[in-house]
Amino acid sequence: MSENLKFHFDIDGSDFSSAGAASVMVKKKLRQLSYDPEIIRKVSIAMYEGEINMVIHANGGTADVEVSDEEITIVLRDKGPGIPDIELAMQAGYSTAHDNIRNLGFGAGMGFPNMKKYTDYLNIDTVVGEGTTVTMKVML
Amino acid sequence: MKVNDICGKIEAVLVCGNAENEFCGVYVGDLLSRAMSRVESGNLWVTIMSNVNVVAVATLTDPAAVILAEDVKLGEEEIAKARENGITVLSTPLSAYEICTKLCSVTEKEI
Repeated sequence: MSENLKFHFDIDGSDFSSAGAASVMVKKKLRQLSYDPEIIRKVSIAMYEGEINMVIHANGGTADVEVSDEEITIVLRDKGPGIPDIELAMQAGYSTAHDNIRNLGFGAGMGFPNMKKYTDYLNIDTVVGEGTTVTMKVML
Repeated sequence: MKVNDICGKIEAVLVCGNAENEFCGVYVGDLLSRAMSRVESGNLWVTIMSNVNVVAVATLTDPAAVILAEDVKLGEEEIAKARENGITVLSTPLSAYEICTKLCSVTEKEI
């Protein structure tokens, strides 16, 4: 591959009905390019969780996906409230989602645990009151 | 086994998609993050959630069919989205538990 493939998405934070659209788009692209289904599954799950987090907690943000010969990198940036306690956020089952969000089927508290489980690298850079950047890599 | 083969047994009607899909394995659950990581390609996914986010999760996990239990209905917008993404959706008045017991009895060791 001569040049890395890059995708950029603006994630709308006000529209739950389109939440996940960027992840679906990335999945379709990777499938068109005949990547291994297991790799596509990992990227889809991790990116979807991140995308949903941005919609639920941060009023949207941006998603950048870069595909190289060695890895797929997903960078999610938001200007949301930040995460005061990352350790707590990483715990399976812990969620700060409100009831109206839970009624839609979200708020399982599996966002970050899923991101960690299905990626080979996860970094969360967060400042309370300023925003969060989540970087994930899936090795090819 | 095909989705079509179990429709009658679980009193399901086809809402959209292709009942000729082959399936293998079943996942039951409504929390989307759980479903996201547990629904395998080719599964039947039984849920009582019916919003458009179910369609997004199904698009990402590729179940053979989503089975909406307890007569839960998809709205027009959700059905259109499901069609657009090639998602097969069934609807049945049975509960998730009843669906599973019927699937057990008809599929025996096949799934």
